[in-house]
Amino acid sequence: MTKYIGKRLLRSLLTLFIIITIVFALLRFMPIEGYFQNFEKMSENQIKVGLQQLGVTDPLPVQVANFWQGLVKGDLGVSHKYRVNTPVIDIIAQKVPLSLTIGMTSLCIALLIGLPLGIFMARSTRSRWKIGDKLGTIFVVVIQAVPSAVYHLMIQFYGTDALGFSMFFKPDDPSTWILPILSLSLGNIAYYAMWLRRYMVDESNKDYVKLARAKGLPGAVISRRHVFRNAFVPLVQFIPTSIILTLMGSLYVESLYSIPGMGGLLVNAIQLQDNTLVQGLVLIYASISILGLLAGDILMAILDPRISLSKKEGGR
Amino acid sequence: MENNVILSVRDLDVKFSLRGRSLHTIRGVSLDVQRGESLAIVGESGSGKSVLTKTFMGLLDGNGSITGGSILYNGQDLAQYTTEKQWLTIRGREIAMVMQDPMTSLNPLKTIGYQVGEAVTLHQGLTGEAAKKAVLELLADVGISEPERRYSQYPHEFSGGMRQRVVIAIAMACRPKILICDEPTTALDVTIQAQILELIRQMQKKYDLTTIYITHDLGVVANVADRIAVMYAGDIVEIGTCEEIFYDPRHPYTWALLSSLPQLGVKGEELYSIQGTPPNFFYEIQGDAFAPRNPKALKIDFVERPPYFEVSPTHKARTWLLDPRAPKVEPPEQIKLLREGGVNRHG
Repeated sequence: MTKYIGKRLLRSLLTLFIIITIVFALLRFMPIEGYFQNFEKMSENQIKVGLQQLGVTDPLPVQVANFWQGLVKGDLGVSHKYRVNTPVIDIIAQKVPLSLTIGMTSLCIALLIGLPLGIFMARSTRSRWKIGDKLGTIFVVVIQAVPSAVYHLMIQFYGTDALGFSMFFKPDDPSTWILPILSLSLGNIAYYAMWLRRYMVDESNKDYVKLARAKGLPGAVISRRHVFRNAFVPLVQFIPTSIILTLMGSLYVESLYSIPGMGGLLVNAIQLQDNTLVQGLVLIYASISILGLLAGDILMAILDPRISLSKKEGGR
Repeated sequence: MENNVILSVRDLDVKFSLRGRSLHTIRGVSLDVQRGESLAIVGESGSGKSVLTKTFMGLLDGNGSITGGSILYNGQDLAQYTTEKQWLTIRGREIAMVMQDPMTSLNPLKTIGYQVGEAVTLHQGLTGEAAKKAVLELLADVGISEPERRYSQYPHEFSGGMRQRVVIAIAMACRPKILICDEPTTALDVTIQAQILELIRQMQKKYDLTTIYITHDLGVVANVADRIAVMYAGDIVEIGTCEEIFYDPRHPYTWALLSSLPQLGVKGEELYSIQGTPPNFFYEIQGDAFAPRNPKALKIDFVERPPYFEVSPTHKARTWLLDPRAPKVEPPEQIKLLREGGVNRHG
């Protein structure tokens, strides 16, 4: 197991290295305006000197090497536009905790509501009229089919109205946390409910469930010990990924409620052509994504004994 | 004689509802299972042999229900059972099952030890070390070598035959009185089949079981069964001892079934196969269900359902051919050969 994790980790690092290098190289083609605060007022000579100071005129391999040297020391360079001369790492560090808190809370809530909903729907498929399943399916379809912006807006409009909460996020007012977190979790609730229901229905039609019934286990025990457990395994793989999606998908919700999170940061940085900040953010997002995929695979490998780790390594 | 009957089915009717229509899949079956015997129920796919045994354990699919008749077991009528609580007193504890496909009948994510242990805890009330000890004994019992090592392995680390042994161990862990083997060897390699049948026979002796085999493989039947019930279209058309069914079959369907045995085929000639298809359960069946496929069917076969005619105290068949008024219809050549003992039944 440790060998497998180590190998996967190394491979992930290699992927990360390639992604960052490519992003870095591509960003060299960005307009040079992005390196200066007041580009319009500078003379050509000033620009030339400035670029040389930044090291942007060096040959590409040298630049890449320099960038990696900095990165190893935890230095992502300084922002040139967004917040002049502030280290990129500080800007991001300021924003990450808030986004992460909101994202993780919403994911926890999504699991806490989505999984029981999925179980409820799956059990309801065996009842006579399947009312629970039908209602649940309506919810899932609505959430999946309606563009999220629509219900995010509606929740903000009607939610703040009905509950008397502030339209805007204030970190020290707990009531302003509720609606954005709810908005963010709806998509995941629908997602987990839908897939868990589907996997549970699949599992409960399998032969081993019939054998479990034939050996005299009560239905509730079979549901819990066998069906849920087995249906949950394929979902586990998605959890780390949905953390990332929640983080990135929070962009719209964060702007709706004016949450000073990292959702809007990348867009801002790109609009401002703040090259170093873009670079830093891409690095963060890429690392989280790769880590998420890795974590998903490792979780799967732990939970499903059929995944033969060494074979998987060699075979694929 | 009477108190030797462990399970007594009377006029059992089972209907399934499918897309708003009703399928009458078990049509008034009556059957007495003797204590300690091994009974084989044979018939082609869709003849209702699996459905019949599922009713003994309350394992019918959700759209199926018993609409008439009784299943007497231990003075209780199982046909009247409705709640899960009632069935839990039967499933495993009284009647256990070995299913067809060992590749899918074990939970792939739980260890073998866990899955056998579940039954041990449930039916023998053992936990912890005692349960583990019992599981190891069971595993050794069903012929799994190195049970200690195998205990913590997963189903995918077992071969098909080994898995079927585990499934048998699970059934034995329940300490049942009746063991239903639903095509226990169909999914297995031919070389493994005999071993599994032998194992079931050993278990039957050791635990004093009554076994019911469901199969369409007459070769299996010849090896294990004391008595044979031949099912066709949701009805038992002929029942008798193994010898009676093989050497003196009376129902045209049994003739047809035996004639299609590859062992009876003549080299170079096409193997006998039964013409036509089984009847459609959506329509109520008139007369003898096999008549439309029987080239020698009598007129009355299409009009009235034959009653059982007794051939011997242990042998009866549902065919008008046994009526004293019926014309004499000769069984096919192959059957006559069987009767003369020309073919080794173990062949």
